[in-house]
Amino acid sequence: MLDWLISLWSDPNTRWILMGCTLLGLGSGVIGSFTFLRRESLLGDTLAHAALPGVCIAFMLHEVKSASLFLIGALAAGIAAVLCVSAISRLTRIKSDAAMGIVLTFFFGIGTVMLTHIQHSGSGSQSGLDKYLFGQAAAMVTSDVYTLMGVSVLLVAAAILLFKEFKLVSFDPGFARGIGLPVSLLEHAMLILTTVAVAAGIQAVGVVLVAALLITPAAAARYWTHRLPVMLAFAGLFGALSGASGAAISTLGGSIPTGPVTVLAATLLFVISMLLAPERGLVAKTLRHRSMKANYARSAAERSALNPAEGGNSK
Amino acid sequence: MNRESKQSMSVAPLTVSGMTVAYQKKPVVEDVSFTLPEGKLVALIGPNGAGKSTLLKATLGLVPAIAGEVSIYGDTYKKMRSRVGYVPQRESVDWDFPTDALDVVMMGRYGHLGWIKRPGRKEKELAMDTLEKVGMADYARRQISQLSGGQQQRVFLARALAQEADLYFMDEPFAGVDAATEKAIIALLVELKKAGKTVLVVHHDLSTVEEYFDHVLLLNKKLIAAGPVETTFTPELLHETYGGKLAIVSASGRQTLVGEQ
Ligand SMILES: Nc1ncnc2c1ncn2[C@@H]1O[C@H](COP(=O)(O)OP(=O)(O)O)[C@@H](O)[C@H]1O
Ligand SMILES: [Mg+2]
Repeated sequence: MLDWLISLWSDPNTRWILMGCTLLGLGSGVIGSFTFLRRESLLGDTLAHAALPGVCIAFMLHEVKSASLFLIGALAAGIAAVLCVSAISRLTRIKSDAAMGIVLTFFFGIGTVMLTHIQHSGSGSQSGLDKYLFGQAAAMVTSDVYTLMGVSVLLVAAAILLFKEFKLVSFDPGFARGIGLPVSLLEHAMLILTTVAVAAGIQAVGVVLVAALLITPAAAARYWTHRLPVMLAFAGLFGALSGASGAAISTLGGSIPTGPVTVLAATLLFVISMLLAPERGLVAKTLRHRSMKANYARSAAERSALNPAEGGNSK
Repeated sequence: MNRESKQSMSVAPLTVSGMTVAYQKKPVVEDVSFTLPEGKLVALIGPNGAGKSTLLKATLGLVPAIAGEVSIYGDTYKKMRSRVGYVPQRESVDWDFPTDALDVVMMGRYGHLGWIKRPGRKEKELAMDTLEKVGMADYARRQISQLSGGQQQRVFLARALAQEADLYFMDEPFAGVDAATEKAIIALLVELKKAGKTVLVVHHDLSTVEEYFDHVLLLNKKLIAAGPVETTFTPELLHETYGGKLAIVSASGRQTLVGEQ
């Protein structure tokens, strides 16, 4: 085990990938906390699935595989998907969750068709584009890792600098508008940052599962604290741990895709949080309830011992 | 200070003219015009769905109006924003949000702080002071989901006080609060009035209007009447506002009005 960890670190290539995935998890967890609190979890999924045709088009146009090019394609597709969702919910009676479901599957359908087409064409078969479904961190090259680092720095810096504004807009947008904050600008900024996080994550985690890296760490972090800064820190930490384990385990060789491992790690952290977190965790809640019951029973017994008449009555 | 108070003597804190708001095709607030007198507690009353919240939000620019103008201390809302405080309806936010009472109150200072800058010691002290004023100092570090409805309402009120405004808008601050909170809020309103502030309150308990307020606006899509309580809060005008939904009960010689909820 230890040998394995040491060998991970001593191989410079693996070290880079490990760092990239860790940073990606950190940034996604932090920015995903706002997505989670604004109850827009499905939005992350929509953005991720919509990214697939964006990546495919980017590849078809340039016939090269490059993380930053795909990032742009994924961003553009994500923005198109969001515009579709808002148009549908504005122009029809369909609610936005149903609109997201429609757009998500439609974009993913197109993306899958494009992907199949690319796989069967000459240059495409060795493109490794199919790895974008479930992610393959091991396929990343140094420049991809640099892109991931830049994205993580952007996400974390935005969350820190605009912390107060993001918090107020997430908690009480009406009040925020009242005091003169440009609420829709800030909402769009959060949306773009979420899209960036998703787009950056698809190479390592894959379009199918990358949304989990936004939401699951945030949901887990919520169990540990009542304070937003602490929640962001926990979500970043959980995201980083998930990303690191995904990368580490998928470099074991074979063809274990990174995405599922990353998501399993995040889910494990979530389950641990749900059970063991102090105060909000299931175990703490059950224990608290039990001790309250016991206390109450004891004091009731004391009362009836002091006042036997009452005890007899209650029979 | 002196100059400011003299200046605002001549200009009404709020003038709304021709306000019309529609969500879909039909307007829910139609051609409403009124002026608020300075230093008064004003109740905005009308049946459910009369457009009270909508009128408030449109005045503050939170929902778009299809027509109408708003003047606050003789200028646009944009310019006078720092003199306006707002208490939204309590149900309008998610009380499970990870934050505590003190932090919510400090949000009242964000407008003065400007971008990126964090609230510091000064803001914290002011927030503690306002929490003290609403009797919530002991709950400063309590997560907001662990407060009762009345306590949550007090926190919202404290946040508005922290804005240190001159004109306040409050949407149903008495809705679903306990008697102690209602008393605390009224004491606070009276204090605000003494300090020369103007407060517009959406209110639905007709039985307390005469006791709490100086001035009323009667709204049912259109403005039915506006004026001092003595002359405007009359059975005839109330009937016109509430239509058949109003029962007038005479109890112990004092007329009590019960609006349908
Ligand atoms: N966001 C909204 N979208 C569509 N209709 C709305 C919206 N908010 C309120 N309404 C409608 O506008 C009318 C006035 O609502 P509101 O201002 O909340 O009334 P009040 O506060 O007096 O009870 C109601 O008929 C309500 O159904
Ligand atoms: Mg209302």
